[in-house]
Amino acid sequence: MDSAEETAVVESHQNSRHAELGLSDETVVEMYYRLVQARTVDEKMWTLHRQGKIHFIISCRGQEGIQIGSAFALRRGEDFVMPYYRDTGVALVLGMTPRDLMLSVFAREADPASGGRQMPGHFGYPRLRIITGSSPVATQLPQAAGVALASKIKGEAAVTAVYFGDGATSKGDWHEGLNFAGIHKLPVVFICENNGYAISVPQNKQMAIRDIADRAAGYGFPGIIVDGNDVLASYTVTKQAVQRALKGDGPTFIEAKTFRVAPHSSDDDDRRYRSREEVEEWKRRDPIERFKRYLEEVNLLDDSLDQRIREMVLEEVNEAVDFAEKSPLPSREDLMKYVYYNS
Amino acid sequence: MAVITYREALNQALREEMRRDSNVFLMGEDIGVFEGAYKVTAGLLAEFGEKRVRDTPIAEEEIVGLGVGAAMVGLRPVVEMMTINFSLLAADQIVNHAAKLRYMFGGAVKIPMVVRMPEGGGHQLAASHSQSLAVWYAHIPGLIVVAPSTPLDAKGLLKTAIRDDNPIVFVENETLYNTRGEVPDGEVLTPIGKAEITRKGDDITIITHSRMLLVAMTAAKQLEEKGISVEVVDLRTLRPLDKQTVADSVRKTTRAVVLEEGWPTYGVSAEVAAFVQEMAFDYLDAPIRRIGGAEVPMPYAKNLEKAAIPDDQAVIAAVTKMVA
Ligand SMILES: Cc1ncc(C[n+]2csc(CCOP(=O)(O)OP(=O)(O)O)c2C)c(N)n1
Repeated sequence: MDSAEETAVVESHQNSRHAELGLSDETVVEMYYRLVQARTVDEKMWTLHRQGKIHFIISCRGQEGIQIGSAFALRRGEDFVMPYYRDTGVALVLGMTPRDLMLSVFAREADPASGGRQMPGHFGYPRLRIITGSSPVATQLPQAAGVALASKIKGEAAVTAVYFGDGATSKGDWHEGLNFAGIHKLPVVFICENNGYAISVPQNKQMAIRDIADRAAGYGFPGIIVDGNDVLASYTVTKQAVQRALKGDGPTFIEAKTFRVAPHSSDDDDRRYRSREEVEEWKRRDPIERFKRYLEEVNLLDDSLDQRIREMVLEEVNEAVDFAEKSPLPSREDLMKYVYYNS
Repeated sequence: MAVITYREALNQALREEMRRDSNVFLMGEDIGVFEGAYKVTAGLLAEFGEKRVRDTPIAEEEIVGLGVGAAMVGLRPVVEMMTINFSLLAADQIVNHAAKLRYMFGGAVKIPMVVRMPEGGGHQLAASHSQSLAVWYAHIPGLIVVAPSTPLDAKGLLKTAIRDDNPIVFVENETLYNTRGEVPDGEVLTPIGKAEITRKGDDITIITHSRMLLVAMTAAKQLEEKGISVEVVDLRTLRPLDKQTVADSVRKTTRAVVLEEGWPTYGVSAEVAAFVQEMAFDYLDAPIRRIGGAEVPMPYAKNLEKAAIPDDQAVIAAVTKMVA
């Protein structure tokens, strides 16, 4: 998308694009709060990593638009969600707290995703129906089809939302998951955060097509393209996909075009494979700044509210860091805990 | 004689073999511009171009399958799995195809392919990034499995593997990439299927491979100070095993400890203990001891991870008890 198009999108917001979508003023301000919260958690983690306080981080930065927008269309605690490692924003909207996420990066016993057993970025919280994944990419796709199949067998009106990157779409199990979901019209929403790279490999070395959404046709359901840096557009397509799934019409594939403005992880140096100009260009399309402009246009946000939100978030995140730092590591005696049921 | 890292040694092996034989080519995830997750392919795209250094989509099964296909018709692919953990996605191509096609084809084809992959823990990468699974492949007839522990053997074994006409699973170790060692200038070829006596001793033999060699050597040094003379055998190749070298050593020292980073249950240590008692039972003065990783998916938390990986203290404790 070039910047002329972007301007056009902004102008088309008119007065209350969100009202037309049935979103209240409070809800869109909360969306903004979540955007800022996700970004702040991420920034804090990078700082902690630089300080040598935590070992590893994998970043949501730049992809918060699709994460927050889509997660607001899910029904917290009712729909099943299988995020991938960038989905800090999804996890926060669905009810994980900055404390939960900090407990994970500090590998503490109280980390609700794993008790300090799993790497950060592998979000999980059974009570919130957030289902954790293992590290090999795309392996959550057949599992998502399985979760949705179970909902169907049990007659439960739950949708399964599963997230992944563009790189994951090259794997066999990715295709297998889509195929099965298509055959059985399962209530799944497939959300691809296409950030153009799989670590260093650009999209054109991963696939011969421009739009990953084209692949959905091969599995018999719609593939929708959305500007993943547009929160409301991301919300809208996800909402429609959830409704379609609940009606029994089957899966939807959403390709959100976005960009990761940070390195792949704290182990990566992205200057090796992409130009600073490309990264800077995408920083100008920052989803948070864009949503902020929208809220200002519709008079829901001014500098003082923005300031208050940022202070509130910062305080919350700092408190979470203190809390996690002070909380105990898993005990050595519990090394074998969780290997087997009842162990 | 130059002192280089294990990483550089592997890089030299690839470069030299690619220069020597234009049929050798590389495929893998992030191996080109990015020069590999562990930088083993540094400079190779620049020297050999995209035709011979190819970045693939994230698709392990595809990567090995491409290798099998290209190898069957005369090329010599060297493919990289980002880690052994992800090679499980390609297990079918490795186990059901690379290992068996020659046999099932009545000898009409050969598969001169090397599948490179690092294994091992210790870097806080948790359960699905830290496994030591070389033994899974060592279980399979039709595969050759090598696991070098020094820069010299990393270079020598990789060069030999690339020239071999069999499918070879070449297991590196994440912790070893930065370790240094002497590598002579000029051609280095280490034979496959030959263990090495890394340290001579009289009282007990420690049999090990890959990164655990370093742990064994550290332990041996400390045990020396306690008056215990330890012989250390580095297996280097896990299939075929050099049983003779191991058995001869144990016959001399009369005691054996088998040390591995992976889980001992059905592990390398199980296999070694079995053949040592078959070949040297009458010489043994103590039951064979096995030391391996805790039987748990690798935890992320540093303190738990440390508790899950064997260290020199565990070796010293076991050896001291056996020799006492
Ligand atoms: C099966 C498998 N192979 C390789 C990896 C190593 N790896 C981790 S993330 C990643 C890139 C994934 O790219 P993409 O799906 O586009 O997501 P992004 O990181 O760009 O958000 C790779 C290759 C992995 N985790 N799993």
